[in-house]
Amino acid sequence: MEQTTMTSDSILELKHIHKTFDDKTIIDDLSFQIQKNEFITLLGPSGCGKTTTLRIIGGFEKPDSGQVLFHGTDITNYPPEKRELNTVFQSYSLFPHMNVEDNIAFGLRLKKKSKAYIRDRISYALRLVNLEGFEKRRPVSLSGGQQQRIAIARAVVNEPKILLLDEPLGALDLKLRQEMQHELIRLKNELGITFIYVTHDQEEALTMSDRIIVMNQGIIQQVGNPVDIYNEPQNAFVADFIGESNIIDGIMVRDRLVTIGGVAFPCVDEGFSPNQLVDVVIRPEDVELVEPENGLTTGIVRDIVFKGVHYEIQVDSQIGISFLVQTTQAFSVGTSVGIRVIPDNIHIMNKPISSDEQIIDKDA
Amino acid sequence: MVKKLFSRLYVGLIILFLYAPIAVLIVLSFNDSKSRVVWGGFTTRWYSEVFSNSTILSAFATTIALALLSALIASVIGTLAALGIDRMRRKQYQVVMFFTNIPLLNADIVTGIALMLWFVRFLPLGFTSLLLAHVTFNIPYVILCVLPKLRQMDVNLYEAARDLGANSRTAFFKITFPFILPGVLSGFFLAVTMSMDDFVITYFTKGAGVNTLSTMIYGEIRKGIKPEMYALSTILFLIILLLLILMNIVPRLKNREQTASAVRDF
Repeated sequence: MEQTTMTSDSILELKHIHKTFDDKTIIDDLSFQIQKNEFITLLGPSGCGKTTTLRIIGGFEKPDSGQVLFHGTDITNYPPEKRELNTVFQSYSLFPHMNVEDNIAFGLRLKKKSKAYIRDRISYALRLVNLEGFEKRRPVSLSGGQQQRIAIARAVVNEPKILLLDEPLGALDLKLRQEMQHELIRLKNELGITFIYVTHDQEEALTMSDRIIVMNQGIIQQVGNPVDIYNEPQNAFVADFIGESNIIDGIMVRDRLVTIGGVAFPCVDEGFSPNQLVDVVIRPEDVELVEPENGLTTGIVRDIVFKGVHYEIQVDSQIGISFLVQTTQAFSVGTSVGIRVIPDNIHIMNKPISSDEQIIDKDA
Repeated sequence: MVKKLFSRLYVGLIILFLYAPIAVLIVLSFNDSKSRVVWGGFTTRWYSEVFSNSTILSAFATTIALALLSALIASVIGTLAALGIDRMRRKQYQVVMFFTNIPLLNADIVTGIALMLWFVRFLPLGFTSLLLAHVTFNIPYVILCVLPKLRQMDVNLYEAARDLGANSRTAFFKITFPFILPGVLSGFFLAVTMSMDDFVITYFTKGAGVNTLSTMIYGEIRKGIKPEMYALSTILFLIILLLLILMNIVPRLKNREQTASAVRDF
């Protein structure tokens, strides 16, 4: 995991942010730093405080306590218009009584830029989002994807230091969403600015981000690059939220050995107390199905679903646990199989202490 | 078949009772005879008499000034109130809307007497008290016209304007106000209509020297109905009809303009 120490490249820092609505804590002692030119994603289920965090950065909400620093300057009490950042809203929020050109020019006209400059910037911004020739169109005549692009053009034309994006692809269909993901990465590289992106979609986060901040119930669960977050989740919440996982109760007998339902599984984790109760996390693609005599334990195939690239298989094991397995090999229902997991692919985690880390369904 | 006949009969009765009397009034205003039953030929005499009668003209001027001024003031206060109500939490919102609806449903005579009793304590009854009374009963109409527009508006629109560099005032006048303008205009026209339409509250709060058309017509009729009154009532009816048409057309024109430009863009 990348350590977030204060460096000269830090463009934005949140320090000990607290926020409550109606006595309900939304954000609890939140601190993190964002580096220049980073694509950072706030990822978490709805109600985890990610949008509120973005609104605090944008200046639309004031934290109850804590600070927002921009290049080291405290901007906590600055109104939105005084901040050198722009937002792309989830609902696009194009001004309905203005055409595309007037929407994009809105910020520049307020800054009293010259007509020639504004004209140049409009055509630059429209070229950037591949919508040349749309100047005179009304927002109502545009598709969702087009409105989203105009909203992005309207924001970036002001040359913000940071672009805030609040689930901007949430309302688009799957194919368009994937297209826009690549478009956003291209945009970020072309503009060379910092992106702070809010989403509940883990695939989106893994695809686009340089770094992901996983949040739940107003608390940061893990910060790291997509590979680390996926491969080394720090707790069962992250493991469950990022991709699918088998999360199983286990007992850490000694270093590098865990038992699940009485069966010993060699692993690579150390430093737990003897016989400590732990969460064992195994990714579905890491469960190997072999001949019954070659497995650490055995089971019966209960269900198999074809998913395109792989099959998704439910195996009821002898030790009383149902494993979710992803494999390219097909098995018929009722087949006896051996279950094996190599030590590297078994992740041992401390049981959550507070309710904040309880596993919740990501679709909730 | 029977059903159709019945529905026709029903519509016929509505027309008979609602619009036939008005039609009779309009016809009589062009009747060159003081009788209400004999047609004495077509004339515009009563109309010219209306326009040369200084009492009528001054009442007419008072009515128009009162309507426009009270509607304007009510539009400003009502719009500001709607902006505040829109941001209230559910509970507060319901309480305030309850109190907003009371003046609408309250009997005019109660409102009229109450306002009169209140005004005489600190103000001589006259145009000012009349104006205050009309502003008071017009505010709820404006709130009811503006509020739905605000509810329709995406809250992020205002925030987007702030985000792009507008301070709160600029964001309001460039984004929020244009969005709710059709509602404000409907509220304004409705307030003008309500003000011109009112008799009871006006009667109690106007004081001695001041007359609007409705109170003047009432006073004149007690002395006996003169045909000028038909002409005057016809004018009043036509003005209100015109306002109603405006109220319906203005928001629609705005919509059409938007749709038209959307169509043009394709």
